[in-house]
Amino acid sequence: MIKVENLTKRYADKLAVDNISFEVQEGEVLGFLGPNGAGKSTTMRILTCFIPATSGFARVAGNDVFTDSLKVREQIGYLPENVPLYLDMRVNEYLMFRAELKKVPRRERRSKMGECLERCGIVDVQNQMVGTLSKGYRQRVGLADVLIHDPKILVLDEPTIGLDPNQIRQVRQLIKELGEKHTILLSTHILPEVEMICGRVIIIDKGKLVANDTPVNLLAKLKGGTILKLQAKGPVQPMEKAVKDIAGVTKVEVKAGDNTVKDFVVEAEKGKDVREDIFKTFVKNNWVLLEMKKEAVTLEDVFHQLTTKEEYVTTAEAAPGNVGAGIGRMVSGMFGKKS
Amino acid sequence: MGGATTIFKREMVGFFYSPIAYIVIAVFLLFSGYFFATILAFTQQASLSYSLANTQFILSILAPIITMKLLAEEVRSGTIEMLMTAPVTDFEVVFGKFLAAWFLYLVMLAPTLLYVVFLTWVGQPDMGPIISSYIGLALMGAMFVSIGLLMSAMTRNQIVAGVSGIVALVILFFIGYAVSGTEVWYAAALQYIGTYSHWESFTKGLVDTKDIVYYVTITALCIFMAVRILESRKWR
Repeated sequence: MIKVENLTKRYADKLAVDNISFEVQEGEVLGFLGPNGAGKSTTMRILTCFIPATSGFARVAGNDVFTDSLKVREQIGYLPENVPLYLDMRVNEYLMFRAELKKVPRRERRSKMGECLERCGIVDVQNQMVGTLSKGYRQRVGLADVLIHDPKILVLDEPTIGLDPNQIRQVRQLIKELGEKHTILLSTHILPEVEMICGRVIIIDKGKLVANDTPVNLLAKLKGGTILKLQAKGPVQPMEKAVKDIAGVTKVEVKAGDNTVKDFVVEAEKGKDVREDIFKTFVKNNWVLLEMKKEAVTLEDVFHQLTTKEEYVTTAEAAPGNVGAGIGRMVSGMFGKKS
Repeated sequence: MGGATTIFKREMVGFFYSPIAYIVIAVFLLFSGYFFATILAFTQQASLSYSLANTQFILSILAPIITMKLLAEEVRSGTIEMLMTAPVTDFEVVFGKFLAAWFLYLVMLAPTLLYVVFLTWVGQPDMGPIISSYIGLALMGAMFVSIGLLMSAMTRNQIVAGVSGIVALVILFFIGYAVSGTEVWYAAALQYIGTYSHWESFTKGLVDTKDIVYYVTITALCIFMAVRILESRKWR
């Protein structure tokens, strides 16, 4: 349904999308994952013919987005990131306008609108001005607009951003239902969302495609091992060797520290709790264990891991106040529950 | 062209749900009514020439107010993204908006037809110049509105769009007005560029192709440029 080949978009001074290629099959719900500024929105804007690519091709339902832009636009229902709507119209007027603009035949417009109002749960606000609606309702008006011409493909840019938890649940449920009939490309930076809705995930980072897999496989990659952070006092080399010798430990890394106090990052096999063994080893050798912490893997780590060959980076090293940290907590919540 | 009529309808809703249309119409009628009444009382002639000639300046200020938000607001609020990802061409969008603004302008002029009715009641006006004046007003309006629309395409700030439209139209007005009747060598050129001389011939009862060509070409040029500016998002 969607075919993207070597797509590149360069803004004046910045490479937003860097040579990405992927495909979306008919009926598939594809999650488009990445941190803010990774190039998700840019890619979606290219696919929906809002801006052209600098180079490369994109085909939607067999039509080129650049040369057959009108045909592409007829087949796509696009919900931009902040759901820009005309605030000076009533909901039903707005939807009738959009239906007309999207070439829904005159006699079908009213019934189509009724259907979409119902489906998105906005029947009782249909006579209200769009400007008086709350964010959640506007989002649903946007979704109704996306559906009004019954497009084959839905492109939804962060459809759950800025909604309250109940609304997020409702919108996800709606998208799940829509996935049965439509091909959906959905962008988000919330990992659990992807796991719930999407059949396949594409991760892009700094404009580059870094992963293209099912959520299950991706999570398996994520849950590859357990990471512990230790702080200890004692002779460095013997400590490192002793920890390395514990069954289940796959890697030990010595981090910076002063002469006596050292930081270690320890990786252990999946599903194996080595904390007790480490503790006992330290006690046996009369070394002092100052700190031992199980580290969470953040989304940023995944990107890091996927883009570079480096092994796990711990949360402690992620910049404070970083977007990734918040997401990381969500991911680790899920992580903890499952393992 | 289906897209243009859809846009046209949407913009009409936008105009009449906001106070802009009512304020602009009220201000126009206030001034044109004042000109009509005082000039009629002063000249005692059953003619609209003088009072309509005076409205040009008011229209130069009101036309950009009608058009200022048309494209600027779409870009500022981001609705342009919803609009341009629907199956509609850039030309249809600009042309639909142009038609809406022009239509509002004509709606604004419509009540002045009552002055004509009033004149035929109190005297025998010469209908020729009156009809030509209205043709001229309609054509001039198309040009004013297209210039205002072009300004709206160039910025995302409505106020900037409105003010620059007013400045452009007022300059076009004075550029010809200032040299009319003088003997300087560039007078003819400036008079042709300015709007005043073209409008003046309509109020005298002349429907000259030269003037029609002037209005129509500038209108077409401005619409063309507005479309190009809208398209420019694609190569920026």
